[in-house]
Amino acid sequence: MLSKRIIPCLDVRDGKTTKGIKFKENVDIGDPVEMARFYYEEGADEIVFYDITASSEHRDIMIDVVRRVAEEIFIPFSVGGGIRTVEDMRAVLLAGAEKVSVNTAAVKNPEIISDGAEAFGNQCIVLGMDVKKVGPSAKIPSGYEIVIHGGRTYTGMDALAWAKKAEALGAGEICLNSIDADGTQEGYELALTSLISENVDIPVIASGGAGNIDHIYDVLRHARADAALVASIVHYGTYTIRQIKHELSSRGIKVRTTW
Amino acid sequence: MIAIIDYRAGNLKSVERALRRLGFPCCITQDREEILASERIVFPGVGAAGKAIADLRRLGLDEVLIQGFEAHRPILGICLGAQIILDRSEENHTQCLGLIAGEVRLFPNPLYSEKEGRLKIPHMGWNGVHLVKRHPVLEGITPTDEFYFVHSYYPVPASDRYVIGTTRYGIEFPSIIGHNSLIAMQFHPEKSGAPGLKILKNFCEWDGRYAE
Repeated sequence: MLSKRIIPCLDVRDGKTTKGIKFKENVDIGDPVEMARFYYEEGADEIVFYDITASSEHRDIMIDVVRRVAEEIFIPFSVGGGIRTVEDMRAVLLAGAEKVSVNTAAVKNPEIISDGAEAFGNQCIVLGMDVKKVGPSAKIPSGYEIVIHGGRTYTGMDALAWAKKAEALGAGEICLNSIDADGTQEGYELALTSLISENVDIPVIASGGAGNIDHIYDVLRHARADAALVASIVHYGTYTIRQIKHELSSRGIKVRTTW
Repeated sequence: MIAIIDYRAGNLKSVERALRRLGFPCCITQDREEILASERIVFPGVGAAGKAIADLRRLGLDEVLIQGFEAHRPILGICLGAQIILDRSEENHTQCLGLIAGEVRLFPNPLYSEKEGRLKIPHMGWNGVHLVKRHPVLEGITPTDEFYFVHSYYPVPASDRYVIGTTRYGIEFPSIIGHNSLIAMQFHPEKSGAPGLKILKNFCEWDGRYAE
């Protein structure tokens, strides 16, 4: 059987990693290449990089980071943030990433999903979704709305409908981030994760809210996520990836335990 | 020199990076002479069978692979490269290379597991391999090691004698197959951490002999 994946997420700005707490007051915590190598050796199943560099002139810095990471780690990794065109995707994939993720660009232009899937294969295209709970309404039947710009802009799009549409367009995976839970360390948004995971046939990575191993257990077991994104909980050393995996394994979750 | 066959089928650089990291000189090439002169051949691939076979034929590389195989050159097939070495594929109803008798099938849909309910296709992520035979390229691989898979089709050799390892995903399917100097795996050793690098290292040191 497939193992559930534990995926550390590194936010990168101007070539340095940061950890955003609700996207505010980011603090520098290190070198992305070194951190990727550390997590690779610790048993991470995959690594996610988000380029949060504000200015587009600095995109080359990120491409260089991707190239250096690819020399050091031999597991899949994905890169998101600032990817607006198929050419942006190509640059990141050629530099050595396994997957690219699109978020705002796909909201504004959904065809980027199908164009990317056609050019590189569905397995390369991850849809990043930032979601806020708004309560069910005629326009947002699921009660979860897609937001962009770090949660500041509401799009009027229903999260469930968007997930299904992205799947139909050829997204190979969904990285589902709850803006409400992100940075709180109070647990993943389980209801949202179940809702999306049970209604699409592509893997769902749960993101936002991990504060302890119970939270990770719950989202993988009860909300049926295929993978859990972790950030603060490992960056600040609360747990190591090895500890998380051994604990999950002892509680009956199938995870990769040798590497 | 190790030749990594370039027929525009996906990410070849990751294989090259892994081999270089292990200290083995290699080149990504579609030059027939260079491939035939190489010591061993890696045959990677991501994408669809129909286009891959068409590209191989256009470049004359189907012949090169067959010649290398007949000359007992060690050959490593990866992912799509573990599929189109069979006779035919259900993907695009493709006639393939026929180095190993058998066919390539699509996972049944819906696919169920007793424990997990309905399974998603493609089979993507980390899974184990049950080794049914010993093979020099798999020395040092343990039963708990896992490997990174991304695929919707899987190889089905005509005889169990070609099956070296199997993987369970709703069904049990052959994930490592081999015949003479050819060994092929459905997963990506270059993306499978230390156990994957171990397989690549073993392959680079293998003399191509294997008692079936």
